[in-house]
Amino acid sequence: MAGLLPENAALLLIDASYLLVAFLFIMGLKAMSSPITARRGIVVAGLGMLIGTVMSFLYPGMGNFALMLAAIAVGGMLAWWSGKKVAMTDMPQMIALYNGMGGGAAAAIAAAELFRMVHAAPDSGSSHTPGVSSLAVAGAFIGSVSFSGSMIAFAKLQGLITKSVRFRGQQVFNLAIAAATLLLGAAIVVLVHPTGWQVVPFFMLALLLGVIMTLPIGGADMPVVISLYNALTGLAVGFEGFVLNNTAMIIAGVVVGSAGALLTQLMAKAMNRSLANVLFSNFGEGEVTAGEGVTGSLRSIEPSDAGIMLAFAEKVLVVPGYGMAVAQAQHKVWELCRLLIERGVNVRFAIHPVAGRMPGHMNVLLAEAGVPYDLIADLDEVNADFETADVAFVIGANDVVNPVARTDKSSPIYGMPILNADKARNTLVIKRGQGAGFSGIENHLFYLDNTRMVYGDAQKVASQLIQGVKAVG
Amino acid sequence: MMEGITALYIVMLAAFAGYEVIARVPVILHTPLMSGSNFVHGVVLVGAMVALGRADSLLGQVIGFLGVALGAGNAVGGYVVTERMLEMFKSTGHKPRQEQK
Repeated sequence: MAGLLPENAALLLIDASYLLVAFLFIMGLKAMSSPITARRGIVVAGLGMLIGTVMSFLYPGMGNFALMLAAIAVGGMLAWWSGKKVAMTDMPQMIALYNGMGGGAAAAIAAAELFRMVHAAPDSGSSHTPGVSSLAVAGAFIGSVSFSGSMIAFAKLQGLITKSVRFRGQQVFNLAIAAATLLLGAAIVVLVHPTGWQVVPFFMLALLLGVIMTLPIGGADMPVVISLYNALTGLAVGFEGFVLNNTAMIIAGVVVGSAGALLTQLMAKAMNRSLANVLFSNFGEGEVTAGEGVTGSLRSIEPSDAGIMLAFAEKVLVVPGYGMAVAQAQHKVWELCRLLIERGVNVRFAIHPVAGRMPGHMNVLLAEAGVPYDLIADLDEVNADFETADVAFVIGANDVVNPVARTDKSSPIYGMPILNADKARNTLVIKRGQGAGFSGIENHLFYLDNTRMVYGDAQKVASQLIQGVKAVG
Repeated sequence: MMEGITALYIVMLAAFAGYEVIARVPVILHTPLMSGSNFVHGVVLVGAMVALGRADSLLGQVIGFLGVALGAGNAVGGYVVTERMLEMFKSTGHKPRQEQK
């Protein structure tokens, strides 16, 4: 295959195809940022990937084609199979997993280059210039951290690791490991002909760094971390693109790096955290402060009465939370909402940026149930509407509707933007039991005079509500 | 190696392109978009193919094989999950999906 075309013609053809690949990637990403064109976007980007992969077989002087095809088959098939069967609720950890694989691939490219430096004869002059080798080392560092860090993120979200490992002086320890890794990396560049004694420990330490950086971060903060590693993998790919003189990798890597950095910022903002705060403080789980005492009492309501309340409302805003997704209630809830819409009730879904396990996750879960995206409104669009809503219908959401975030400065969620469910005329809450929420903070909304609670499994309660609405006729 | 300064031009323009393309994305698409950009850096696969294609030692082959397998996983997995998510996004104009009873 290598001899299929003269060398120059092959290189020209590959370069031209990479230009097309870069164009298709950027067009695809652009289309992906609007719900109307998003589907087309991923197909366009996929076409680019296909072209790039096929054309890369034409590189002159390559061998190992059988191994290459086997590796593509193994990696591709496992990913295809796992991607097809993963539940929508588990999407965040799947993205982390695939992202880690990309980081690992970038690190592998760097490893191949660095070991080539090790094996090059000291006087052959066939080694890299310091500029290229420092890019290789930088890519290796970032790619390795992204690889092992993403794997830990995956394990945590998948529930394989449930404890957050923390100890005194942890940050100093992490910093020391990072410094040692960078020092070894610098040594590799300076030595020009490093030995395995620098290269192997360098990779070990970089991989270790990813692990120890990610271990102390709580589950609630994981989306920001995954997004950050996504951007880092992009950067690592871009760096290795320089090393291999591969424009498709440079452009795609840098585009993803900068887009990912922006996306990370947006997500951190949506979660009311700064990036530094996510990485270096340990909120996200544990650390329960009682906050102000709650006055008032919880008032429960029969599902049949709740059904009547919904049926005779003019405007209902549904606030779904992860609790709804856990109970797999989104289909039933949508069935209920369709009934209400048929009765002429104005129904909309109000989505908090962090509803679900990552920003935008709830939209995916609702889309899976068949909810059209034009009935879904985000916090900024919908928050003023609560004042004119007859019923705010909270299903399995807790912290994102807790008014304490507006009032109680001592509360850990103080300052987080919330959905103003407490401003609606009535609030109906479906909740599994009487415990506190994910963060362990008491929700003052539940104690308000115009709030009614329905306890039980969200799916079952939704079915009862459907019966209730139907009974109204 | 291409001219260093030309490479820097590419980086600068690509960084702006990435930023501008994502700048006004609605929160509703954050998850699929992250997954989509995750797919795009799966292009690391072509680099890993080159690394494996040039490998002439056992160690090089092992590293290259791992790289290609991981890169292919990134590209294929990223595509599959992104496509699955985006396929579900419908507006009211569409025919509702079959009843889930």
